[in-house]
Amino acid sequence: MAQPATTPNVRVVTLRIDDRDLSAREDETIIEVCRENRIPIPSLCNLDGLSVWGGCRLCVVELEGQSRLYAACSTRVAEGMRIQTNTEKLQRYRRTIIELLFAERNHVCSVCVSNGHCELQWLAQKCGVDHVRIPYRQVAYPVDSSHEMFRLDHNRCILCTRCVRVCDEIEGAHTWDVMSRGSDCRIISDLARPWGESDTCTSCGKCVQVCPTGALVKQGTSVGEMVKDQHFLPILARRRHLS
Amino acid sequence: MSTPTKITVATAWLDGCSGCHMSFLDLDERLIELVKKVDIVYSPLVDTKELPDRVDVGILEGSISSEDDLEKAKLFRAHCNLLISLGDCAVTGNVPAMRNSFKLADVMDRAYRENVTLQPQIPTRDVPALLTTVKPIHGEVKVDVFVPGCPPSADAIWTILNDLIEGRTPDPSSVTRFGA
Repeated sequence: MAQPATTPNVRVVTLRIDDRDLSAREDETIIEVCRENRIPIPSLCNLDGLSVWGGCRLCVVELEGQSRLYAACSTRVAEGMRIQTNTEKLQRYRRTIIELLFAERNHVCSVCVSNGHCELQWLAQKCGVDHVRIPYRQVAYPVDSSHEMFRLDHNRCILCTRCVRVCDEIEGAHTWDVMSRGSDCRIISDLARPWGESDTCTSCGKCVQVCPTGALVKQGTSVGEMVKDQHFLPILARRRHLS
Repeated sequence: MSTPTKITVATAWLDGCSGCHMSFLDLDERLIELVKKVDIVYSPLVDTKELPDRVDVGILEGSISSEDDLEKAKLFRAHCNLLISLGDCAVTGNVPAMRNSFKLADVMDRAYRENVTLQPQIPTRDVPALLTTVKPIHGEVKVDVFVPGCPPSADAIWTILNDLIEGRTPDPSSVTRFGA
């Protein structure tokens, strides 16, 4: 028998987030409930409308009675859950994650096209990262300028895979993918061919708009000039203005 | 006229563009108010040639790129009670550190041989030797306060200096950021 498209009677659960009693649908994730209730949680890979990736770990929260931390984007709410979103421990973990992102590749904000319009830069400020305690790796990554409209700078990529998911799930082109592991891990177009030679790319620019940093940008932008289109995703524009 | 209660401040310019010192000068008329509270005892902005034995606050602009930078950073750490990294070069390495992905010999060739029309040669006398890796200040000596920004605005410098003068713990992230 065919299942109805939407389940008519989703249960509602009650839970406690940062000492606030809240209710939510049981099919919601913690980050969704936090966003609905204006409880700020930093995240980079999570984006409404795209599948859950759970890669950046910035949205980690503490659950009472559990020793490990949980990613708020990939954890569903449950009845009686008690959640802390901004403890000293979480702040420490988030700062370290951001420092690791800065140390891994070359995020030189002062000469980046996205300077002043970058989610990583904002989160660093918001989370109180005023320096990076670990040594910078200082390894140069390639830049792909072969596409006539856009450019990919692997030095600024944090591997959030928003581009991969928006291209596959919204545009339906699946031009982007992820290759290799560890520090060699990088975003590739088609089967690691130059972006400009891609048969599948429709040049829609969705990947450029959702990229949180200066990794995917419009050609012809200079330092600080890569401003995202405010109409593309009002939700992102609002979040960027808030932070 | 200096009184014993005035806070002593020393500043130095390592591998940077001097923009952070310029931003400091952008305090404009607030400089007059500042010198009522502090004595600038050593700096590119004053005449003194030697760092006094004890200084309350040391401010370093620029990254550590040469033997001279390293020596100055160590000297400041030894003589200053509180050390501030001012600006992105001091805090992150920033633009000077972009040479780190190249071999030092290639960088020298590029600067002194390939792009030179008159007497191409590598300087060896009267200039400090470059270090293989450019590092932020805290990559070599302990730093107490980090003020990112390229450059940090005069307002940010003002807020942080006043916090320190009045005995508060400054919160640099509330007034400046990387690349600001």
